[in-house]
Amino acid sequence: MILDGKAPTGDIEEAWDKHRFSIKVVNPSNKRKFKVIVVGTGLAGASAAASMAEMGYQVQTFCYQDSPRRAHSIAAQGGINAAKNYQNDGDSIFRLFYDTVKGGDFRSRERNVYRLAQVSNSIIDQAVAQGVPFAREYSGLLGNRSFGGAQVSRTFYAAGQTGQQLLLGAYQALARQIGLKNVVHHNRTEMQDLILVDGQARGIVTRNLITGQIESHMADAVVLATGGYGNVYYLSTNAMGCNVTAGFQAYKRGAYFANPCYVQIHPTCIPVHGEFQSKLTLMSESLRNDGRVWVPRNKEDVEKPARDIAEADRYYYLEERYPAFGNLVPRDVAARNSKYVCDEGLGVGHKVNGERRAVYLDFAEAIKRDGEDAIREKYGNLFHMYSKITGENPYKVPMRIYPAVHYTMGGLWVDYNLMSNVPGLHVIGEANFSDHGANRLGASALMQGLADGYFVLPYTIGNFLWSERPKPLTNDCAEAQQAVADVKGRINTLMDIKGGKPVDYFHRQLGKVMYDKVGISRSGAGLKEALEQIPAIREEFWKNVSVPGKANSLNPALEKAGRVADFLEFAEVLAHDAHDRDESAGGHFREEHQTEEGEAKRNDEDFSYVAAWGYQGVGVKPELHKEPLSFDYVKLSQRSYK
Amino acid sequence: MNLTLKVWRQSTDSDGRFETYTAENVSAEASFLEMLDVVNDKLEGQGEEPIVFDHDCREGICGSCGFLVDGVAHGPETGTTICQTHMRKFNDGDSLTIEPWRASAFPVIKDLMVDRTAFDRIIESGGYVSVRTGAAPDAHTMPVNKHDADDAFNAATCIGCGACVAACPNAAAMLFTSAKVSHLGMLPQGQVERYERVSNMVDTMEEAGFGACSNHGECEAVCPKGVSLNYIARMNRDLAVAKLKGV
Ligand SMILES: Cc1cc2nc3c(=O)[nH]c(=O)nc-3n(C[C@H](O)[C@H](O)[C@H](O)COP(=O)(O)OP(=O)(O)OC[C@H]3O[C@@H](n4cnc5c(N)ncnc54)[C@H](O)[C@@H]3O)c2cc1C
Ligand code: SF4
Ligand code: FES
Repeated sequence: MILDGKAPTGDIEEAWDKHRFSIKVVNPSNKRKFKVIVVGTGLAGASAAASMAEMGYQVQTFCYQDSPRRAHSIAAQGGINAAKNYQNDGDSIFRLFYDTVKGGDFRSRERNVYRLAQVSNSIIDQAVAQGVPFAREYSGLLGNRSFGGAQVSRTFYAAGQTGQQLLLGAYQALARQIGLKNVVHHNRTEMQDLILVDGQARGIVTRNLITGQIESHMADAVVLATGGYGNVYYLSTNAMGCNVTAGFQAYKRGAYFANPCYVQIHPTCIPVHGEFQSKLTLMSESLRNDGRVWVPRNKEDVEKPARDIAEADRYYYLEERYPAFGNLVPRDVAARNSKYVCDEGLGVGHKVNGERRAVYLDFAEAIKRDGEDAIREKYGNLFHMYSKITGENPYKVPMRIYPAVHYTMGGLWVDYNLMSNVPGLHVIGEANFSDHGANRLGASALMQGLADGYFVLPYTIGNFLWSERPKPLTNDCAEAQQAVADVKGRINTLMDIKGGKPVDYFHRQLGKVMYDKVGISRSGAGLKEALEQIPAIREEFWKNVSVPGKANSLNPALEKAGRVADFLEFAEVLAHDAHDRDESAGGHFREEHQTEEGEAKRNDEDFSYVAAWGYQGVGVKPELHKEPLSFDYVKLSQRSYK
Repeated sequence: MNLTLKVWRQSTDSDGRFETYTAENVSAEASFLEMLDVVNDKLEGQGEEPIVFDHDCREGICGSCGFLVDGVAHGPETGTTICQTHMRKFNDGDSLTIEPWRASAFPVIKDLMVDRTAFDRIIESGGYVSVRTGAAPDAHTMPVNKHDADDAFNAATCIGCGACVAACPNAAAMLFTSAKVSHLGMLPQGQVERYERVSNMVDTMEEAGFGACSNHGECEAVCPKGVSLNYIARMNRDLAVAKLKGV
């Protein structure tokens, strides 16, 4: 089926304004009559819930943590982009739009991206008014930095914790609405299913993580803001609880999952230290501005202390392979090359499962050039974090880094109004697929989450509500009862297996297959293998997982088991998408499709579309729906970093 | 290395007790929570219930984690959450006592997990600037002196973990509340509601059952973000002004 993103036509500069005028507006007294469920209270969910409650809608919110302030948005370090041009370096809405489309390797919807760039400035205004303490210059005006290789300084930041500060702003706005009783919030409550009535999304089934109670909640529209699915790789920079459950259950109820194979693997993370590693920690990519990446030229040297390896025996592979950009090549290029040198046996650091998977990031030259104090001034907090985790002093010995799964560009398919193909189901933030195409630029996820939540969804949701005016429903309608029974059935099946292996055992196995075959570099043959291995792990899981404790009380093993069960099905959808996309694009690198220099080679003729997958049954290849993409404002071109 | 752990186990409907576990072959590179994962994996594999503790980011920023190790909130490493504490800080053969935050305003839910929603209620009662979405002027309309901005930022680094309450002999929430009050109170955007805010937040804090501050300073010593005691003095000044103004 050909999907229509319903983006407005006409001049791109006026499209969003005209669209807002053309869609239905709900008048203030009618807003009070509508109920909206928002699942997830990270940047996207908290900003949307607060804004809709301010407008008058009756809002209910849900999150799995004990407070909205803990959503994983909190971990963002680097910053948030906006086209303010406060540095007078020639930035503009058009330039931010252009960079984002190009950065996404021409696999995003142009008009969505333009709107994102347009509202970016309002996000900064809103955050500052809320009291978000962005970094400032001595003049008292806001500071900016250049981030992720951008040619202009458009990134706003708050030391190394931009995410926490923006989230606190959105959380405080939400808390205000909770205090005013315009929002009813449910902590420690996990969505486990979506309730459809007459084909529309009208409610959710949740599990109270403390009491184990399964309940239904009904509304006139449902918004998912449940974040990314990076944990399908087991080890990632995501928080331990990040999951695909909400989005995946919606998919099983008919929502399309778009571009799941677009996963961003960040080149600068702290490497794996041992088999029981539970997560990976990101080191800001700004480090590559001064650090030089290398491995030993000879395999014999990989165990030697770094400082004992002679200059001539060091292989500065990024500088040698990409003389123009050197250590500052984009994230995917840097990540891929680190994998290759480790594949060749040149990796350094701890041996885990018989392999060394780390490369050096060396500041010796920068320290010699600028002095230790200057480096401390720039990166002190990062160096401190590194030494805390590794016990090593990066001022004296080079850091060790390795790529890790970091962000997922794919997500539920949405149209220009951020509504999925299931009427009433809206999806925002990292959970949707919208604006980043095949690769996300640094500092643009925070921007997108807040754009969706503050400035897009609160308007566009009115169009659905006022055109449809959904009829009132109760929590015990037949559809709700059925969905509750389905969830209880799934939980009982999990509890009854009583096998001999902990949940994490299966999650680790899945992660290994995903990193090896569906990771930084993919091939048709490898993906085929993954498509055989994933169902095998799933089968073993359903035979042999051990979920102790009770279903009707606090049970972290059961929580994990439910999430891993969904990952085990979702992984297959992701691998199918990666297999089907027989080209390289952004974060999706197919070894069969590279230029002579080893760069990702797109195939615009055959693959310039969004792949939106429709559920057909567990273990059955999903059905592909295509949304064709056209580029009217940014000319298609191949990236080159030589 | 091998360790002996005395861990507080408590379910909602029972009195708690300490149980002893051994953690074997722990890598010095592992984090404290990864050490507990290994213990839990073994328990789960045997069909026993794992030790429950709150955690999520494991990067020291979400504020989910936290318990007492040998009586110290977040364990022996200063300026660090327990999720960022690594086993190289301990020695082979160590015996450690692990128990939840102890404060009546933070009831135990299970094992090491406590209910910290009292913190959210404090924020709901005034810890914000009342600005509707879309109602904000251009960000540069109001420059903020860098010193004030940095000071507000330092207050805003609080991750809401509750260690300050756990460490305080009176289980007071002064460090947390004062950090929140000061963050907004030091910025021009927060002036309009400054005195109302402090008075509402302190009222809610008292109603939630947190104790009074008697200047022990234990809170600052365990705070993983190094939030300064000075904010408490600052909050008390604002509170006094609020009283004078009758808000
Ligand atoms: C370490 C790190 C650093 C980053 N740095 C940057 C950066 O510098 N700049 C940038 O722009 N981006 C950055 N990103 C990306 C960015 O932070 C995220 O993409 C973004 O914050 C996601 O926001 P969100 O609101 O969509 O999801 P989240 O913040 O992940 O929120 C998800 C919400 O959904 C809830 N939830 C999830 N599943 C369920 C369920 N089943 N039931 C109920 N509730 C559920 C959670 O409780 C939570 O409230 C970074 C990401 C990471 C991991
Ligand atoms: S003040 Fe410090 S100890 Fe208290 S909640 Fe905040 S971060 Fe935790
Ligand atoms: S788990 Fe997030 S701060 Fe420790």
